[in-house]
Amino acid sequence: MTIKEIFETMDYGPAPEDAGEAMAWLDSHDRKFGHFIGGAYTRPGKGFDSRNPATTEVLARVTQGTRKDVDTAVAAARKVQPKWAALPGHERAKVLYALARLLQKHSRLFAVLESLDNGKPIRESRDIDIPLAQRHFYYHAGMAQLQDSELPDREALGVCGQIIPWNFPLLMLAWKIAPAIAIGNTCVLKPAEYTSLTALLFGRICQEAGVPHGVVNIVTGDGATGQAIVDHPDINKIAFTGSTPVGRAIRKATAGTGKSLTLELGGKSPYIVFDDADIDSAIEGLVDAIWFNQGQVCCAGSRLLVQEGIAEDFYRRLKRRMDGLRLGDPLDKAIDIGAVVDPVQLTTITEMVAGSGGDVYHADTPLPAQGCYYRPTLITGLSTADRLMQEEIFGPVLVGMTFRTPAEAVELANNTRFGLAATVWTENVNLALDIAPKLVAGVVWVNATNLFDAAAGFGGVRESGFGREGGWEGLQAYTKPRRKSKAVAKLAAVPEPTNPKVDGLDRTAKLYIGGKQARPDGNYSRAVWSQKGHLLGHAGLANRKDIRNAVEAAHAAKAWSKTTAHLRAQILYYIGENLSARADEFASRIQDLSGANAKAAANEVAIAINRLFTYAAWADKYDSAAKPVPLRGVALAMNEPVGVIGAFCTDEAPLLGLISAMAPAIAMGNRCVLVASEPFPLAATDFYQVLETSDVPAGVVNILTGDHADLAPQLAGHMGVDAVWSFSATNLSATIEREAAGNLKRTWVNHGKSRDWSGADGEGRDFLAAATEIKTIWVPYGE
Amino acid sequence: MPVALWVHLPTSGQMPVTTAIQTPTVTNQAQLPQVAEPRNPGMELDLDWVRRVQANTSAIERRAASLPGRRSVKKEYQAAWLLRAITCIDLTTLAGDDTAGRVRRLCAKAANPVRRDILDALGIDRITTGAVCVYHDMIETAVRALNGTGIPVAAVSTGFPAGLSPLHLRIEEIRESVKAGAEEIDIVISRRHVLTGNWQALYDETKAMREACGEAHMKAILATGELGSLRNVARASYVAMMGGSDFIKTSTGKESVNATLPVTLVMIRAIRDFHARTGYRIGYKPAGGISKAKDAITYLAMMKDELGDRWLQPDLFRFGASSLLSDIERQLEHHVTGRYSALHRHAMG
Repeated sequence: MTIKEIFETMDYGPAPEDAGEAMAWLDSHDRKFGHFIGGAYTRPGKGFDSRNPATTEVLARVTQGTRKDVDTAVAAARKVQPKWAALPGHERAKVLYALARLLQKHSRLFAVLESLDNGKPIRESRDIDIPLAQRHFYYHAGMAQLQDSELPDREALGVCGQIIPWNFPLLMLAWKIAPAIAIGNTCVLKPAEYTSLTALLFGRICQEAGVPHGVVNIVTGDGATGQAIVDHPDINKIAFTGSTPVGRAIRKATAGTGKSLTLELGGKSPYIVFDDADIDSAIEGLVDAIWFNQGQVCCAGSRLLVQEGIAEDFYRRLKRRMDGLRLGDPLDKAIDIGAVVDPVQLTTITEMVAGSGGDVYHADTPLPAQGCYYRPTLITGLSTADRLMQEEIFGPVLVGMTFRTPAEAVELANNTRFGLAATVWTENVNLALDIAPKLVAGVVWVNATNLFDAAAGFGGVRESGFGREGGWEGLQAYTKPRRKSKAVAKLAAVPEPTNPKVDGLDRTAKLYIGGKQARPDGNYSRAVWSQKGHLLGHAGLANRKDIRNAVEAAHAAKAWSKTTAHLRAQILYYIGENLSARADEFASRIQDLSGANAKAAANEVAIAINRLFTYAAWADKYDSAAKPVPLRGVALAMNEPVGVIGAFCTDEAPLLGLISAMAPAIAMGNRCVLVASEPFPLAATDFYQVLETSDVPAGVVNILTGDHADLAPQLAGHMGVDAVWSFSATNLSATIEREAAGNLKRTWVNHGKSRDWSGADGEGRDFLAAATEIKTIWVPYGE
Repeated sequence: MPVALWVHLPTSGQMPVTTAIQTPTVTNQAQLPQVAEPRNPGMELDLDWVRRVQANTSAIERRAASLPGRRSVKKEYQAAWLLRAITCIDLTTLAGDDTAGRVRRLCAKAANPVRRDILDALGIDRITTGAVCVYHDMIETAVRALNGTGIPVAAVSTGFPAGLSPLHLRIEEIRESVKAGAEEIDIVISRRHVLTGNWQALYDETKAMREACGEAHMKAILATGELGSLRNVARASYVAMMGGSDFIKTSTGKESVNATLPVTLVMIRAIRDFHARTGYRIGYKPAGGISKAKDAITYLAMMKDELGDRWLQPDLFRFGASSLLSDIERQLEHHVTGRYSALHRHAMG
């Protein structure tokens, strides 16, 4: 077109970013890559093509990592890990700082390569992905610097196997590698098979930054390579970001291995617009929510909930905005939406939409003649029962429905198995700050969407996974307490004596469910004998139905999670007071049960009271945080209760063990189902009388007695339980972790290791962290 | 003058459209619309609508900040866009030391904004700026100087820039300026009405001024830098449009903060909404602080994306600017020669 013609049409025209440097780098490797192991690139092996999804052109050949390759990488990582962890924090800080600086210096090369390989618009890789990746290394350079002074009680886990997705290749690499190596771990990272190139380029940056050989290893390949990492016996931690089914499989595969695990999985995040919102800004927010990165974002606001009164106007304006989105060459600087990562993904999206009911609106915007493109799409008129309202599409497809009231908005928003992110638009601060805590999600954005920062934790609840990335909370997932532990000793119940001694009136210990003493559903009991052969009573043998009832009671007590911390503290003190009043009786019971001497038994009661005070104290002192994110606004890291926690109490301390699990859980606002010490259950059943006199609302604490091994799969498999802990002497870890995969509940298990319940290891921040989820609530402000 | 056939298509919004359809007038300037655009007759003040309007500052700032990164025009497209920008400039002089000589020089520049050889190289016959904008006393000079060019004279009016002279004098000033030959009147609103939420007073005043304008088009200057919040900017925009403004304009150029992208976003979204509900297209004029060619492109892109191509014509979009033109000229010469240009190579305005 001539200038005169353009003067009339006012078209944008092409604005291409030059790919020359990126292509030259690929050429310098002959467009064939091996892995990056032990500080050097290996020889290219058998592999696959990495294509540009916008053109289908082959960019390079990438090697399929074998089990042997993974072995080599893990060996390299293992070898250097102790030395790397032993370095002063400042030395590691220098390396991370150099990585950040180098990412900045080569930022355009990374951005162009990312867009070529992934298909995302150059604007996004240039303005979002790469800057955020840099920020992550800067931030964690600081973590390395502060580690010695601020985290003296925690240490690195060892070798971390990290598996990342293709939607934010370099950014996810940064989220994984930066915290891991900052704190003294070493890594074997597998990029997604579609998008390995920036990870391989990162290898060069590691060389330039002086990262010691073996600290960062990149092994390319597909799911089989990932499997090899997951299965590897010498890896201490798996960090995975990707789909929920794969996450679930990894949970099962690592169950009982002692590998630490964090999962950042899928979502179907609600995007709630109230009628008092700035509508045009809420619509623009959707562009950043679901039409960011072609909708291939785990936390994409893909489920629009709009207040009924404004819905028609909202949809009209939204469609108009959609029509203005520009699809095309990802390397064009004036493109909003690039190419979907792969033809396979495009087919999935196309089929899912084709199979949908409702009113489907495809944006009226030109589609490039070739390449993997999908038009921005809005589907309205669906109901909660529709598949597309429930399942992740992972494409530029928004589904919308209406709500009537704030309460209904919350109900609809939470009506999902996922819980990654949520967005709320309203100009009413009361409404916003009321709704944000009620949304079941790891991240909530108020009047904004898809804001990320290294200082603010990111991660999900429910089937969106567990663990946080970013902030101090992110380091939790890459460290462990410095603690010596030995194998936990199995304690047997006192067997039925040949000459049973029975004295006094028969006492019936029951289960304690929903504030009531309940007979076990199966009507089986076990006699409990003192060490001297006296019959102490009978303990019910709980079964799966008792678990069901207990969990239901715990759910019904949800108001507990909304009570004030002060009230929870008051009740914990009151439990302590009432326990103290019966201290002698409990001490005597402990003596009878476990055979502890009088002093030890009295001591256990005293520590239990002390522990109740500890968590009464913590109830209103486990502070949430406000994160200094680079934005005019605040990112609140709110400690929220996990929900319903099931716990297998330690066998060894019949009273203290129960209280050590119960107190932190309820102090933080959880409701719990406690399975008492298996051999010595009667202190727990005595204890429910204390609960009954201490104003503990019904259902907040439920106590079961019975066989740990029988109950573990039931409790861990219950879809309504949010977390399961095990301190049992029965090794339940594998069972619990495997069964927990069903709803991806959090697990905290002892892997057969003991804990000193009477000392500092028996209480404190580890328990509080396990009893809480950190929700990051972003509230930009300004008038 | 034939009356353009025009169908009033109110949309399905909650707003009742109360205005009767008036006979559309068609502007007759050479620069001005190829498409006949009916004039906004104004409407009754709808306080529900005004008060429902929200503007979330952070979100608006984010959109404004990301737009320049989202839209980029290169090479011949850039040249064409810059030429378009020139045709949308209200070439302005509003200084206490303006003289007839100074104004005539400005008018000559308005009629020949770009060096002939550059235009030839770009394949463009003739362009002019959108208007020349002056104080009342300079209208006659400007009208004479622009005779035959088709360039309208715009006059700032109503006690510009503070707008605090007696209302009857402000109204009279408009009449005088129209009588003197101004075809566009840039009025200033009473900021105090916005700051005190007295929308009725603002509406009445705007309506009275519009009446005084008669056939001349009215641009309502909101002085956004003095309105305290973007929400106020939005609400003032609606009231000004309800009062019958043909354009809404950001600034006098005399406030400490003048045109900005966030303010622009708020005002043009109001324009879009007003159009969706009433069918009338209101023009937009950012003024003050836009001095770089790159900024002009960003503004055009924002108009294009938020309002559509129709708003890239000078009858619906103007820059109030004095130094923007010289930067654009340099960029155009760069496009032609491939070498960076210098200020002294282009005629000063």
